[in-house]
Amino acid sequence: MIRFENVHYRYPDSDHDSLCGVDLTIEEGSFVAVLGHNGSGKSTLAKHMNAILLPTEGRVLVDGMDTSDEANLLPVRRTVGMVFQNPDNQIVANVVEEDVAFAPENLGVPPAEIRERVDNALKTVGMYEHRQHAPHLLSGGQKQRVAIAGVLAMQPRIIVLDEPTAMLDPQGRKEVVATVTRLCRENGMTVVLITHHMEECIGADRLIVMSYGKIAADGTPGEVFSQVELMEQAGLDVPETTRICWDLNKAGFSLPLDSLDVETCAENLISAAH
Amino acid sequence: MLKDITLGQYFPGDTVAHRLDPRTKLILVFLYIVALFQAKGWVGYGLVLLATVVCMAVSHISPKNIFKGLKPMLFIIALTAALNIFYTQGTPIVEGWIITWEGLERAVKMMLRITLLIAGTFLLTYTTSPMALTDGLELLMNPLKKVHVPVHEITIMMSMALRFIPTLIEETDKIMSAQKARGADFENGSLIQRAKALLPILVPLFVSAFRRADELAVAMESRCYHGGEGRTRMKQLKMAARDWIALALGLLLLAAVIVLKHFGL
Amino acid sequence: MSVITVENLRHTYSAGTPFEKVAIDDISLSIPAGQFVGLLGHTGSGKSTFIQHLNALLQPTSGRVLLDGEDINKDKKTRHDVKWKVGLVFQYPEYQLFEETVFADIAFGPKNMGLKKEEIEERVREAAGFVGVKEELFERSPLELSGGQKRRVAIAGVVAMRPEVLILDEPTAGLDPAGSRKIMNNICRYREQSGATVIIVSHNMDDAARLAERLIVFDHGHVAMDGTPEEVFSRPQELINIGLSVPQSTAIAMALREKGMPLEGSVFTHEQLLKAVAKAKGVALC
Repeated sequence: MIRFENVHYRYPDSDHDSLCGVDLTIEEGSFVAVLGHNGSGKSTLAKHMNAILLPTEGRVLVDGMDTSDEANLLPVRRTVGMVFQNPDNQIVANVVEEDVAFAPENLGVPPAEIRERVDNALKTVGMYEHRQHAPHLLSGGQKQRVAIAGVLAMQPRIIVLDEPTAMLDPQGRKEVVATVTRLCRENGMTVVLITHHMEECIGADRLIVMSYGKIAADGTPGEVFSQVELMEQAGLDVPETTRICWDLNKAGFSLPLDSLDVETCAENLISAAH
Repeated sequence: MLKDITLGQYFPGDTVAHRLDPRTKLILVFLYIVALFQAKGWVGYGLVLLATVVCMAVSHISPKNIFKGLKPMLFIIALTAALNIFYTQGTPIVEGWIITWEGLERAVKMMLRITLLIAGTFLLTYTTSPMALTDGLELLMNPLKKVHVPVHEITIMMSMALRFIPTLIEETDKIMSAQKARGADFENGSLIQRAKALLPILVPLFVSAFRRADELAVAMESRCYHGGEGRTRMKQLKMAARDWIALALGLLLLAAVIVLKHFGL
Repeated sequence: MSVITVENLRHTYSAGTPFEKVAIDDISLSIPAGQFVGLLGHTGSGKSTFIQHLNALLQPTSGRVLLDGEDINKDKKTRHDVKWKVGLVFQYPEYQLFEETVFADIAFGPKNMGLKKEEIEERVREAAGFVGVKEELFERSPLELSGGQKRRVAIAGVVAMRPEVLILDEPTAGLDPAGSRKIMNNICRYREQSGATVIIVSHNMDDAARLAERLIVFDHGHVAMDGTPEEVFSRPQELINIGLSVPQSTAIAMALREKGMPLEGSVFTHEQLLKAVAKAKGVALC
């Protein structure tokens, strides 16, 4: 569980807070998506979750451990694994499996157990067949899955992904989102996905919208996207499933706005009466 | 074009040569180089050449790959040969010519030496993953830790460099294309103009390398990297019987070359 | 009159090695002057290789590329000078910024053209205006700017060459919706005011559907589909089979039709979907 208590953060040399008093609790086992425009503070928020950044005011607790306490650094990072935007800049080794082994090696795990963890992690993300490959020859989506495996080998309970799909093509984006959804649904991991692609948030349990360093909306994706005007103010889009119903409602329909699934939306449209 | 550089490339495989402990291979290459520089007569060279061919056969590395790697070195090889041909005193091949039999012999031997030197090191890098190589180096250099040489830091730096060479080459290609699209000209002009023309490539490359370094450091720390202390390795290096046999063969080669040298062969 | 004509273009990477790969296989097409073209296709479909042939960064293995009827690979000079006429903006162009000031970076292309100082200045101002880079940024270092601003400066660097044809590879990659919209609007405005031909490579189906006059879909080095957005999106299943997505409104329209709601016409934008649904329901929109 991650808890933010009135967290403020200001980057050095900056004249304004990038986080302005964030209060937030991330529940165990949930899939939380965080959406926001560039500069909304969503990445800053993510970097607080495993003590890459420390609050200038307030505090962040990971399983009750204060991230500001130096002694908690390693335990915090073992609990919260982090995947970053640029797949090239987080792969440290020349061979896929050796990269995945990096974290457990750092933790001093015995060799036989590392082997086991690496194999399991690679199987979980569907990259086991590529374990002997050179990372630079993989596609963007595959690289990101290797990066996810590298974090899984640490056996964290929470995985935070800071815009992991921003540099990927649609195919790669699908691969990554499918992988993290599975991690949550099948392996019971807590997943925090930071993104600016709204369609990636549709399958989440909870959607948090960041805007100018504050939480602008928080709820299920259906609830959040239904607030069309608020989303527009935050510089974000809403899915067409919501948008079409929103505009039809203006013409006198009363369609539900929270059916994000195309099929359900279509059914609603068909049965809708004026 | 930049992608064609094969220097330091690893060809995964499962031959005896691939399975040898990297430490064994490092020592073997060392022995091989010493032997190469001890070789004096044709028999000595022949022996080293034979050893190289055997190693190539064992590791399933085709001569084509070796030659491909040699390409960038051709100029140096040719230059050394030319210098030897023209600057060695002795019996002229044809009366009045500057080229002598001695010069020719030395040139051929020099070419052979450089070629074999490169081929030998290629065999090492072709059959050993860079990670294994740095692991091997780290273990071989371990005794130096006692005299406060930062062995772990040196080797992790090496493996990072190896990891990022292909990435940076790819990036250089991209930046070059982008600047060419704005009409940058890297091929024409005087030497100074051409050196200046590199700026639009080097500046973005450095900026991006620093950004990468920064992000990489954060990513490594996020994965609990805290220096070499208390680190374990997934792949434990273990010397097997084949390693000791290979080392014995290497020593044998060196001994044979030295004995041959003694007899002037 | 077509500005670009491609005849039987073929490109093979690493020809003669075991890594040989045919990236483009016998493509012929022509693009009329002033057209707004969207190039679609997944990674590895050959579209990036294709666009690099249009300004002679890559040379065809066989076939020809003509600009205004002239072979751009005719000789070394044409091959070099075609860069001014066909401006190519790569993906993540901000990574190529290198000059000390924004002004100097935008001026790099015009300077390479050998223009006079006044002319360069005029073009830099004009290009910066098109992409919304304010003049007070001119003396700043490009490295200090935000991501979106850097992107715009980089695009200005190509626009400043006043190319007849402007090609952009994924100009909105990595930007948030607001940033993407701004850049797309800037490009549209540039096209309207200059009359240039614009080719955009995009993964974003919604953008492609909304803006382009013509869509060319690449698949495995071939042109799989080529036509107006109406034509292309009236065959959504083909796009899906190639592994591409369809605009969200098309997906909803497909589901509606499947469930028996009769929708008229080709649906690929929000407005079309809205109109079609309203009509099917017999409701007037305000």
